[in-house]
Amino acid sequence: MYSVLQDSVDPALLVLDATLVMGCAGIPGLFLKRPGPGQAVAALCTTLAALVGIATALKLLFSGTTASCSLAWNLPFGSCELAIDPLSALFLIPVFLVTAAGSLFAVGYWPAVRNRRSEPGLTFFYGILGASMALVLLARNTLFFMMVWEVMALSAYFLIVTEHEREEVRRAGIIYLLATHCGTALLLLFFSLLAARTGSFLLPATGSLSALTPLAPVMAVAALIGFGAKAGLMPLHFWLPPAHANAPSHVSALMSGVMLKMGIYGILRSASFFYDIPLLWGTLLTIVGLTSALLGIAFALAQRDLKRLLACSSIENIGIITIGTGVALVGAASQSTELVYLGAAGALLHVLNHSLFKPLLFLGSGVIIHATGTRDMNLMGGLGKTMPRIGGLFLVGTVAICGIPPLNGFVSEFLLYLGFFSQIQGDKLIYLMGAAPLLALVGGLAVLTFTKLYSSVFLGTPRSLWSGHRGGELPMGVPMALFALLCLLIGVVPQTALSLVSSAVTALFPRLPLSPLAVEYGAILEKLSLAGVLLLTIVLVITLLWRWRLGREPVTAAPTWGCGYQRGTSRMQYGATSFSELAVSIGNGVLGQRIGRPLLTGLFPERSECSDLPSETLLDRIIAPFLQAVGIAFAFLRRLQNGLMHIYVLYIFATLFILMLWAH
Amino acid sequence: MITLADQLLVLVLLINFIALGTGRLIFAIRAVAVQGVILGILPGMIHSFSWHLVGITVVIIIVKGFVIPHLLGRAVRSAEIKREVEPFLGYVPTLLLGAIFTAFAFGFSGSLPMVPEHQNYMFVPASIATLMTGFLVLTTRRKAIFQVIGYLILENGIFIFGLLLAGAMPVMVEAGALLDLLVGTFVMGIVINQISREFSSLDTSLLTSLKEE
Repeated sequence: MYSVLQDSVDPALLVLDATLVMGCAGIPGLFLKRPGPGQAVAALCTTLAALVGIATALKLLFSGTTASCSLAWNLPFGSCELAIDPLSALFLIPVFLVTAAGSLFAVGYWPAVRNRRSEPGLTFFYGILGASMALVLLARNTLFFMMVWEVMALSAYFLIVTEHEREEVRRAGIIYLLATHCGTALLLLFFSLLAARTGSFLLPATGSLSALTPLAPVMAVAALIGFGAKAGLMPLHFWLPPAHANAPSHVSALMSGVMLKMGIYGILRSASFFYDIPLLWGTLLTIVGLTSALLGIAFALAQRDLKRLLACSSIENIGIITIGTGVALVGAASQSTELVYLGAAGALLHVLNHSLFKPLLFLGSGVIIHATGTRDMNLMGGLGKTMPRIGGLFLVGTVAICGIPPLNGFVSEFLLYLGFFSQIQGDKLIYLMGAAPLLALVGGLAVLTFTKLYSSVFLGTPRSLWSGHRGGELPMGVPMALFALLCLLIGVVPQTALSLVSSAVTALFPRLPLSPLAVEYGAILEKLSLAGVLLLTIVLVITLLWRWRLGREPVTAAPTWGCGYQRGTSRMQYGATSFSELAVSIGNGVLGQRIGRPLLTGLFPERSECSDLPSETLLDRIIAPFLQAVGIAFAFLRRLQNGLMHIYVLYIFATLFILMLWAH
Repeated sequence: MITLADQLLVLVLLINFIALGTGRLIFAIRAVAVQGVILGILPGMIHSFSWHLVGITVVIIIVKGFVIPHLLGRAVRSAEIKREVEPFLGYVPTLLLGAIFTAFAFGFSGSLPMVPEHQNYMFVPASIATLMTGFLVLTTRRKAIFQVIGYLILENGIFIFGLLLAGAMPVMVEAGALLDLLVGTFVMGIVINQISREFSSLDTSLLTSLKEE
């Protein structure tokens, strides 16, 4: 009975309905006077919608089919087609999952009772952001795509400026708006060229265009910049750290875990239009990805603000995904099926993985900030003793993001390494081997970064007195536990995740015979799965043994031996800044970490301060001066807006008059 | 019939010049009221009898001829001003511009591709000329009440254009347009009161102080 019912409902409509429910979830809260019920209703609606959406997306993925429907609209831009092919379905999973988990998290993290003023708007725009991202994935009409893309960009802006009383938050919002609109401008160019090429406003079918026409490189660059600005690829990443740091944590989780992936989706989707992509495009994408990954993690290492660190590490992960995409395109250009499969599968699996462990970490950072009232890691410490469960869940996230087995981050990076090494016998693409050590360097720096994060936040003793809140740990802990469980699950049974991703890869490259490869690498990952289970068992056994031994003998707590110094304080620990100081100093020319050291003289120096200021090299040295120059150059335009109503009417009159003369 | 309608339209054009040439507020309000009444009569001149038409005529005459002038008159009395003292552009230049625009309107509408039965009327040129007069008043006068008058003249111009279609226009659209106008005037009345209270003057150019720096 159930299956009959399920088969009779169009999956596209089902997803559309779920999206609608998610988008409207925040509306009741806008009209309720009493704080609380609106938020609960939103969380409930979003969760239910997500269950339906994820189930439908999974079904479509496993069956490898495409569902489509058409919206009735009266705009003169062709029909408004919506479709869910396996690629869209794969990206839909994180959209629904992270949105629902975040709305549940918000109940504990941003309780309506304590934030009466900001909560209704936050809940409303949160739902809108989730729904608009789902629609971006469904849209097959370029105009509709641009519309929902803008809704997504603007709702994210309103979420970022939730705490707009603070100057810093408003600045982050403006920088974000600037970046996203520059991207939109180029997307408009891209879609106009596309419409001129195909003669319709519908997105072209997979592999229907040639990439060798003279305008194709312009289109590629426009798409790369337009979608890359949203994804946070390296020269366009500057909006990412301030925006993620200043938004509420569940919003950062949604933006980092899902919204950045919309840029990746755009890049993949636009690449799929062309059937003969030249080698150069793939190489360029790989280089951009390598730069983003390496510099992103290096910037992350230099941060002392917990959420900025996580945001910079998002740049790194987006870089890794881009490397995979680039490798796949290189493979497609050089007829290497293996490279195509490994690159694309690695990239797509990393999309899925990053949308599990990054939200886990951002939600965890929310709990930490909730408890300590600060984002500065130099002031934290010892949280592992007061909140051991959150600490454990956070640890799962850090291990996963470093790409350490048996967690999911390892699997996708493993596929990428396999891709690089698959060219070891080839003669053309041997240079791809060079990417392997770079990726390894990225992994090593990631381990350093997250060791710094975990040790300075959870280990040691508290470095300052905190002004945070307690409570709400259950609704905050449950979504985190869900993400941690999924991270572990993908790590332990990677072959299932690979089969999910494989159908999306096939949808991207329908001309290539990829199914034998899917079977082959599925078998390899099965062996990996065995190793993972073994490793997990060993870890469990050791942990149990250790706890058993601890339980047998009495444990005494005593201060660390301070070499006989009697006045030790808790600030005398290795802090976040000191932990990474040496590593950062190597790359300080680019990173620009400014540590202000006091000059100590004499036997009894005066009281003095040491400061660590994060700097944004690109934003401060290039973009801000450039914009200042633009502002001066266009100052004359401000005179048009002179506040005189008569002059405004005159503008209308003049326009009308010119139009009449023109039509004449 | 045709000549009578055209003569009334000439009257409308003359009233435009009165509105452009006078600085006395009450006089301008009355002129626009007369213009509204004439516009109310006009539909009856060109279309055959129907109750729908009677309804339009009555409502338009009541709203444009009596309700709106009454509202504006009250605003003038409560603000205690009588004249537009120093317009952005003097009366003589405005009148000259009005004449130029009226001539332009006739020239422009001569070249429009129109249905044969509309070609002999003066509706289109009168409509465009009135529209431009409205714009002129809006851009050259300083006092908020003159802004409302300009807005009314502008609306009258649009209305003349709509007359050509009165037979085909559903009641809802007309009712909507009229309600729009009424509410517009009402809101402007409130705004005028607020401006005069806040700035103790009705000079809209003082609104620049609301502009962000």
